[in-house]
This record gives sequence, structure tokens and C-alpha cells, in this order.
Amino acid sequence: MLMKYLFAKNDEIPAGSATIFFGFSSIFWFVVGTGLGSFNAAKLAFPDWVTGTELFAFGHMRQVHVLAVIVGWISMAFGMTMMYMTPALGNTRLWSEKLGLWTVFLWNVGLSLGLILLWMGITSGREYSDLIWPIDLVVIFGVLVPLGINVWMTIAHRKTQGIYITNWFFGACIFMVTITILVGQSPEIFNLTGLTEAYLTFWHAHNLLGLWITPVAAGIAYYTIPKLTGNPLYSHRIGHLHFWAIIAFYSTPASHHLMSAPLPEWLKSFASVEGVLILIPAVAFVANILLTMKGKWSLFVENLETKFSITGVLLAIPLNMQGGFQQTRAINWYVHGTGWIVAHAHLALLGMSSFLEAAAVYFGLQQMLRRKLYSLTLGNLHYWFFIIGFCIYWISMTIAGLIQGAGKIYEVPYIDVVVAEHPYMIARWVGGTMVFTGNVVWLYNMWMTAREGTLVPEGRYPHELAYER
Amino acid sequence: MAFRQHKLGAAGVGLMLGFSMMITLFGPSNDFRSGVSTWVGLDKQLSLGRLIGFSYEDPTVSGEGKPITVILDKDPKTGAAIDPPVRAYVYKAGTKFSPGINHNELLGPGVEELSTGIGKIGSASMSSGAVFTVSKGEFNGEEVDYIENTTATRGWTPDAALRTAGDENTRYVGKGKTIYITEGCWWCHTLLPEQTQDWQAFGAPPFLGDFNGEMPTAFGSDRKAPDILHVAARNSSREWMTMHFFNPRLVQPNSIMPRFNYLWGRTDINGNPIDIKAWSKEYDEYLAGNRIYPPEVPEPARDSEVRALIDWVLTSLK
Repeated sequence: MLMKYLFAKNDEIPAGSATIFFGFSSIFWFVVGTGLGSFNAAKLAFPDWVTGTELFAFGHMRQVHVLAVIVGWISMAFGMTMMYMTPALGNTRLWSEKLGLWTVFLWNVGLSLGLILLWMGITSGREYSDLIWPIDLVVIFGVLVPLGINVWMTIAHRKTQGIYITNWFFGACIFMVTITILVGQSPEIFNLTGLTEAYLTFWHAHNLLGLWITPVAAGIAYYTIPKLTGNPLYSHRIGHLHFWAIIAFYSTPASHHLMSAPLPEWLKSFASVEGVLILIPAVAFVANILLTMKGKWSLFVENLETKFSITGVLLAIPLNMQGGFQQTRAINWYVHGTGWIVAHAHLALLGMSSFLEAAAVYFGLQQMLRRKLYSLTLGNLHYWFFIIGFCIYWISMTIAGLIQGAGKIYEVPYIDVVVAEHPYMIARWVGGTMVFTGNVVWLYNMWMTAREGTLVPEGRYPHELAYER
Repeated sequence: MAFRQHKLGAAGVGLMLGFSMMITLFGPSNDFRSGVSTWVGLDKQLSLGRLIGFSYEDPTVSGEGKPITVILDKDPKTGAAIDPPVRAYVYKAGTKFSPGINHNELLGPGVEELSTGIGKIGSASMSSGAVFTVSKGEFNGEEVDYIENTTATRGWTPDAALRTAGDENTRYVGKGKTIYITEGCWWCHTLLPEQTQDWQAFGAPPFLGDFNGEMPTAFGSDRKAPDILHVAARNSSREWMTMHFFNPRLVQPNSIMPRFNYLWGRTDINGNPIDIKAWSKEYDEYLAGNRIYPPEVPEPARDSEVRALIDWVLTSLK
């Protein structure tokens, strides 16, 4: 069906097609990514499980898990939300449905190719920029630029006076992530070496999170919560504070990832201070969304999408409290390189961000398919597997990280740290497997929604209808 | 619609992002440029070559087209004894030079002058190959290490250097670091002892000039295993490394490191086929208590990936 639309006239493609293909792709990659995560965790707990081949070696699969989740699930969910939120907020149609479909097509092809190469060990050897630079050029010119053109043109052709905060984030973040990837890949293309390469690797890694994943996820919440609750956003001014503080503060602290490398000390100190200032946009965001919920807190329990969304916002509180302070010299020396950081990264990507996107994908797919969710029971099952699995993962890895940090400063022989961490490695595997199981349920539920969900009448929202199953 | 909000906003975003990029990209570039290559830095870039990871010369990232490190105890040209033995970096004809040879400014002040002057690196040619060493010299009253193009200064040719060294003194360092990257060793091990308590257990943290010309640096960020920047200084046994790579539980029962037995390839050093399944079965019998000793670990073939990996560990991580 995708092939048919790729070569159809733009006007003949039904509105929402790009959203739907993006949505199902993102859920598919979420299943793949978390499945790989669960497999990797099993290998850390039981190293003698599946050996003798490089195909299932931990070192060949770890980066595939990370990029399948970031580029496949999270970023494609972003693409999906941009395809339906941007036109809805501009009271117009998507600028080009056809371009959107080409974007999702190239995205899936490029990502599959890149991940297969990574799996085979064809890598640049730079964390988060593991994909070789020809694939990165596909990411920039085949994915981000078309996505950007679609979003920017839709915003420019809007039929409203102002631009809502969500579209500010969408428009700016696509531009900033393109710059980030261009600069981040320059060491590979121009063979920049040494500390320049090391610094740019983490400049890219930090800005990928700070200028893409966190702010776009927040922008999504600015749409879903007012939409689902019917309340207007608590304050647009606080929203603007959030937006400009992200641009000003989140684009600078890259070197706090390399606090123990021989980088210039002024740069580390600057990054550390800017890192604490990230709390300004963080607090603005959380306060704004939670205050928007005023009078509608019952929906946190009753409405599935709100439940996902608010869980993500609540997880942003520990996320930013950790993120703001763990990078200062006073704390970083203790937790750097330990499981604490792994727990923090999963709190950001699997916790805060993924819950916000899951809510938007649930809502957007029902809205664009014009069908009510197939089963609330399966939806709730997904939620509880997701949150319980995540909490098991997060808590066990945080404890493992603190053990590792203590082992580091008290100079415990490393093997004793490995022994002490073993139970938490098993817990991590159990938690990750629960998240994976929940996602399989989600994919089934969404597939059945597309086929058998109750039709939503014109002029109504899916969340206004009663569930039939 | 006279007031176009998105135009003002776009200008604002561009201005602020540009300002932050000025600080975070342009700012530190001066500091990086002033880094003077140390011996470690020169040794690294000469033994690793142009770059590790995906490149034109090595698109499958299998360690093709990398320089070879040799330990010479005899002069390859005259045959005179060299004591103590010297480490030389052999670039066969066609092997891409390390970044500092073509872009001398990467070597840092002092090293650049000596390498291009008495080191004669300017006359090295990629098409006919060259042999480099790191020599000690004096610049403005201070001792600096510089690169010497021995093909020009002493008439050492790549072939003669390889022949003189023989297999026992040849180290496939460039290929070894490539295996370190492709096998993802750096997802668990780090190459960056921290500046806090860490250095007492894992050795001194690296210096500013230790990285000039290295790509990728692969510090690693997530430590699930010991830092290995100085691992060969703690344990320099090739036998231990061989057993540990084949199955880490042979020498460290509580290790969670994967078995890297697939890096042996199909045959061992004597051409006998390696049967990993049969080995694992015998090992399981050993674990069950039905054997007194674990099965023998095959000796790696000369061109095997694990040979190169162990060469890199024992030569570079000191």
C-alpha cells in the first residue's frame, strides 16, 4: 500500500497516510529495539548463553539496540507526531502527504541498512555516531531535510495567526538536530582526529538528546495534555521560557560527558554550570504541564493516553534532578561510567520520552485511522508491563551503579564489583523483557485497532467514545 | 498577517544556537591545537595509521591497509645490532599515512619542526612506502619526541624491516585496534582512567598530547569491566590473554566477558581445524566435574583476528 501511494498524486493520497505509516513503523522498531535490549541484558547476566558466533555477540548487538530505539522508535514517533500535530495546530493540511510517505520509506530503508551494517561490525567506532558516514548522509538528506521541509512549509502555510509552542519545538528541533548531526559526523568525513574527535563525539551525543529527544518529547506533551483534558495550556509564557531556555542552555554542556578527559578546564566548568541551568527549562515544562491538569486529574486514572503522558512528565522530575546535578564535579567523579548513568539514560529515553511518545502514538493513530482503540484491557496491560518493567530496570541499575561507584573510590578489585552486580543484571533483564512483552501487546492492539476498532464519527475525538471491549 | 512570528523566531534560534556553537566549538579548538604530541600520541598514530573504523581503504572494517609495528634489534640495512631494540612502524607501499605525516600541524609545536626538519617526514611517499620511528630530540632547550622517516634518514625499507623483525617481533597493532572497535570491546572497557581515585587501580590518566592524530579515540563511556588503558602493564602474559579471549571463565571464573572464540577463524597456527562446538562440549564436561582439566585453547593462527587483538593489547596498552 505504501508503494502505491509513493507514486500517486499528492491530492489522491488520503490525509493521515504518512502519520499511519510512521506510527506503525515506530511501534515496530520499538518492539525490535526493546527485544534486542532484552537479549543484550540476558547476555550480561548469563555470558555463556549463545556463544561461538559474532552475530549474537554482545559487542555486535549493543549499538544496534541503542540506535534501533533512538532512530527507529523515538525519532519515528517524532516524525509521526509532526505529521499530524503540525497541520492540526495550523488548522491546515500537511504540506505534502507524498513527501511524508517518501520520508518514512527512506527512513525505514536507511535505518535497516545502517543497523545491518552495524550488526556486521561495519561501524565508525564513535558512540551514538556509530553509523558510518554514508548512512548519516542518508539520515540528513533522505530523512531530516524532507521532514524539515514538510514541517516548515506546513507551519508557513498555517491558517492561524500565532504559532503554538509545539510547532516552535518541532520547527527548531529539526533544524538543530540536522546541524548537530552534520557537525557530529565531520570527524568521519574530514578525518578530524584526537581530542577534537572525542569532544565532537560527545558534542553530538549530548545535543542529540538535548536538542532533539528531550525538547520534541516535551513539545508533544504540550499538544496531548491540553487536547486530552480539554484544558487550555496553563501558561504560554512559561512555554516560551521553556523553549528559549532549551536553545540557550541545552546546546552548551556537551563536555560534561568527558569530565575526566584532558579537555580544557574552562570548558568543563562552563559545561557544568550550563548543565545545572538545564533545570530552568525542565522546571518550566513540568510545572506548565502539571498545572494544565488542574481539575482533570481523574483522567490520569481513567484515560489511557493521559496516563501515559502524565507518567512521562512525572518521570521528567527525577530525570532532570539527576541530570542537572550528576554532571557537576562534586557528583560526577562518583557516578561517571557506572550503571547509574545507564539507569539515567534509560530514565530519559525509556522513561520520560517513550511514555510521552507512546501517548501521542496511541492518540494520533486512533485519530488518523478514525478508529477507537481495539482493547482497553490490552492497553492497560501495555502500560503496566511498561511502567513496572521500566521501574525494575531503573532501580536495579541505579543500585548497581552505586555499588560500582563505591567499588571505584574504595578501590575494590573489579571482579568483586562484577560479582556484586550480578543480581541486578538479572533484574535488569527481567525488567527489559517486561517492557518488550508490553510492546508486543501494543503492536497487536494497534494492528487490531486498524482492522476492527470502532469507527469514530466525524467531528468527534476517539477519547470521547466508550470502549467496546 | 504583517507580523510573521516564524521569521523572528527563526532568526532568534539561529542567533542563540550560533552563539552557543561559538563557545562550544570555536572556543576549545584553540586549546586542542596547542596540544604537543607526547611519545604515546606519536606511537598511537604511527601504529594505527590514517584511521580505524569505516574508511575507503578498509570498507568492511576488517583491518585492511593498516601499518605494521615491528620491534627491531638489528638495523634492517646494515645488520648492526640495536640495543635497546627500537619500535618501528612499517607502511608498505600504498598504506595510507597517519594524519600527522601529511598534516604536520597536528603534531604540535616543536614536534612539527623536528619531524619535518631532521625527521624528514616530508620526503616520505605513500606510493613506495616508508618506515618510521619515534626519536628523541631537543627543541628550544626542551626534550621532545619527533617522527623520523628512517627510509630517508637510514635507508630502511618496509620489506627489509619486516624481514629483519620476523614473525615473533611483528605486532599487528593497527588491525588489532580495528578488532577492538568492530567487536565492541569499548562498550564495556574504557580507555580513560579517571582523574580521581581511579588512577591508583588503573594507572595514570592520559595527557593532552596523547591523542593527536588518533581516530576514533573510543574512550568508552559505560564501564562494565576494568579500564584497560594500562592493562599490559599489569598483565603482559600472551598465554593468559589467549585463554582469556577464548573463554574468560578459564582464568577468571566470575567474569561476564563474552567468549571471543570466533576470532580464531577456522584453523589454528598449525593449520588444524578449530571445532568450537566440540570444545564447548568438552568444557561443559569439565564444568560438570567429568574432566580434570579444561580442553586446550588452540594457538591462534598468524593472520587470525585474535592474534592482532592481543598484539594491540600487549603493545599499546602499557
